[in-house]
Amino acid sequence: MNAPNHRWRKFKNVLMQIVTLACALLVIAPLCLLFYHLVKSGFSALNWAFFTQLPKPVGEPGGGMANAIVGTFILLGLAATIGVPVGVLGGVYLSEYGSNRLNRWIRFGADVLNGVPSITWGMVVYALMVVPMKGFSAWAGGIVLGMMMVPLIMRTTEEVLQLVPNGYREASLALGIAQWRTIVQIVVRTALKGIVTGVLLALARVAGETAPLLFTAFGNRYWNHNLSDPIAAVPLQIFNYAISPYEDWHRQAWAGALVLLLLITFINVSVRVLTRDRLAQKNH
Amino acid sequence: MPDVATTVPKSAPGEHHLTQHKFGDHAFKWLTLFMALSVFALIGLIGYELAHGSTLALKKFGWRFLVSSDWDPVSEQFGALPFIFGTLVSSLIALVIAVPLSVASAVFLTEMAPRWLRQPLTIFIELLSAVPSVILGLWGIFVMVPWLRVHLFPWLKSTLGFLPLFQGPIYGVSMLAGGIILAIMIIPIITSVSREIIRSVPGLQREAAYALGATRWEVTRIAVLSYAKKGLFGATILGLGRALGETMAVTMVIGNRPEIAKSLFAPGYTLASVVANEFTEATTDLYLHALFELGLVLLGVTILVNALAQLLLKTLGGPGVKGQR
Repeated sequence: MNAPNHRWRKFKNVLMQIVTLACALLVIAPLCLLFYHLVKSGFSALNWAFFTQLPKPVGEPGGGMANAIVGTFILLGLAATIGVPVGVLGGVYLSEYGSNRLNRWIRFGADVLNGVPSITWGMVVYALMVVPMKGFSAWAGGIVLGMMMVPLIMRTTEEVLQLVPNGYREASLALGIAQWRTIVQIVVRTALKGIVTGVLLALARVAGETAPLLFTAFGNRYWNHNLSDPIAAVPLQIFNYAISPYEDWHRQAWAGALVLLLLITFINVSVRVLTRDRLAQKNH
Repeated sequence: MPDVATTVPKSAPGEHHLTQHKFGDHAFKWLTLFMALSVFALIGLIGYELAHGSTLALKKFGWRFLVSSDWDPVSEQFGALPFIFGTLVSSLIALVIAVPLSVASAVFLTEMAPRWLRQPLTIFIELLSAVPSVILGLWGIFVMVPWLRVHLFPWLKSTLGFLPLFQGPIYGVSMLAGGIILAIMIIPIITSVSREIIRSVPGLQREAAYALGATRWEVTRIAVLSYAKKGLFGATILGLGRALGETMAVTMVIGNRPEIAKSLFAPGYTLASVVANEFTEATTDLYLHALFELGLVLLGVTILVNALAQLLLKTLGGPGVKGQR
């Protein structure tokens, strides 16, 4: 009675390991394909002009996305200025302060906001800024991306702060250190890596956002010297080129996609390495 | 000798310190509270701007807007039903594909995989969660849709063709293509969140199950998955929220035709896609207001889904999870 049952359990164990492995491979497959096609189609379209020139008019081959690349950086800078402080401090409140009931509502609110479609954000900021300012602008684009980062960062910050053992807080408070300094210097610092990862995920997500920029930043075929004017962004450019009927623009869309993805990956990896170094130093 | 002479004066500023603590603590608490409450400010702002932007359409069509399937900008007849249908169906397809795959992958990454494989795979999947919607859409248009049209859809039609879901002409761009691209989009996020949750299950839980003689899978099922149930639901909801709201990738592969078809091979249209496509082309006020009302409906659907999810979480989060608080 015991032996066959045991064999069945062992068999099931191996079977489930294989099933989960197969699922993991299935998850990775489309993404491997995506990378393969991105590199294959994007790399051949990349050249010096792509990084240094403005888009050429319809029909003329060549040109680049220099203005869109700079535009994306400007938008991300504006967004982070708004999103990071509000999100991280809000996450601190959720994790460290507040009554259960209020926190539940705030958490619920943040979840609702996370579920708010990116296109809806675009419409809201259109009504909020574009209509009164009588024109699309970089400000509107940066603000919409910043607003979108708030709930993302808030929730991830809260989650990683919750993972910090209570003993740390108690030990610090027992030493007579003020609560706010305990939070800033002990709790937040312990969870810093997680917070940074959360911020990065949020930045990486909004860096590729297109929908909210459609009616805020709008896009621009020229250099933008004024934040009150429409500004170009790489994702917008990719979208416009992808749905266009021109072969040359399709190639540029692939190149843009490759550059955008490399940029996002670069941000991700480099800051991850940085935070790891800092943690290592602290441990010495 | 720095003994009494230096320690005595320090006790006096000590009291001063306490008041400083109080001020710092209060200021910091209020600051963080203020930031946390910005969530409600943003919700209020979204609700107000969308409602304000759609007054004309709300007044003219009323509840009919939700059940009418006319969408004719020329004669100014607007109804949201095909878009609501498209949004819900494409997200549902995405969840059906993505949730089992994601949870299984997360289990593989944390419990099953050999240690040397975990880190690279995890980094890879996290990299994938950073792939922007528009890039996936680009890949969808030029690679996935042609492949679906030539390989997967004909195969589905010949094997499952007896179901009405898999009948009718194959265009490539379709509801099913939209659902698949959505699934690809939300898999990384569900996987990485599930992985985090599974990893946060205390090792003691596993050790206890191992000590009882459980196999690796049994440990996963009994000690890990049931413990992490609530969190995994949370991960699913996160994915659903993202699927409902995704715009670009879906817009590029779903076909953008406002009709309600039985077949998954037929083109569809989602709330988000129609706004993305037509917002800057809206020539009349009523047209623009109708689009804003679509945004309002989309917001309503997402809030409903989130509320439902919270309710589910409260009733289904088993005893193992309550201990987690």
